[in-house]
Amino acid sequence: MKQITATGRTVEEAVESALAQLQTTKDRTEITIIDEGKKGLFGIFGSRPSVVKVTVKMDPIEEAASYLKSVGEQLGAPVNVEVNREGKQIEFVLTGDKIALLIGKRGQTLNSLQYLTQLVVNRYADQYLTVIVDAEEYRKRRNDTLIQLAQRLAQKALKTGQDMALEPMPSYERKIIHSALMGNKRVKTFSDGNEPHRHIVISPVK
Amino acid sequence: MKDLILTIVKPLVDFPEDIQVNVHEEDQRVTYKLSVSKSDMGKVIGKQGRVAKAIRTVVYAAGSSQQKKIFLEIVE
Repeated sequence: MKQITATGRTVEEAVESALAQLQTTKDRTEITIIDEGKKGLFGIFGSRPSVVKVTVKMDPIEEAASYLKSVGEQLGAPVNVEVNREGKQIEFVLTGDKIALLIGKRGQTLNSLQYLTQLVVNRYADQYLTVIVDAEEYRKRRNDTLIQLAQRLAQKALKTGQDMALEPMPSYERKIIHSALMGNKRVKTFSDGNEPHRHIVISPVK
Repeated sequence: MKDLILTIVKPLVDFPEDIQVNVHEEDQRVTYKLSVSKSDMGKVIGKQGRVAKAIRTVVYAAGSSQQKKIFLEIVE
């Protein structure tokens, strides 16, 4: 958090000098007046300069977007970041040439970037924000794959009459499977194990 | 690679000036030793090592294009 104190003959002058030093605009800062200052007699005797404290407010979303951009660049896969905000959920959509490198095997790298970005966002945010990082509609494709997988394994569970354990997944991927099989009365789903090995089990209803 | 680690870690900690990355090169492997200020340790490791794991995943993704195997250690 950048913060400086500046002085000037009037409050306005002090603020302006602070903004010039920080190279920012008034709407992106928080200003506290420490001393209003005094004009004094004829502007000479007993005059006191005004002192203000100016703090730069970090925009969490902007910080996160530039974070993703610089990490992408360092990875050798420069990206463009598009931001969509919906209430407390922020979606960053990455586009670029070597996007496959950023997604990784089963979205490993993308999930890690998402987690790190979420940490960066919430360092600066006042309220807790959820971050989704997506590239080339990966999340949507993964969503479809997971629903298919869920249906197939539900069939298998019914056919064999045995519990089907899936591989460990992050919570939002498990949620997709839970909700995909919610309407199916013949199987039930639950999660087993502890993070990060928590996984779904589909079991037939007896 | 060192820059990548710094880019990832810097925004996560309170004392970015205390970050150090040392490189140990051997025949087939390169080990990056990351050290941060003591009070920032928790921030780069995280609950059950979640942050450390995420940092590693991203760093290893960058290393996949290289011949040598890459390791990231967090040291005090």
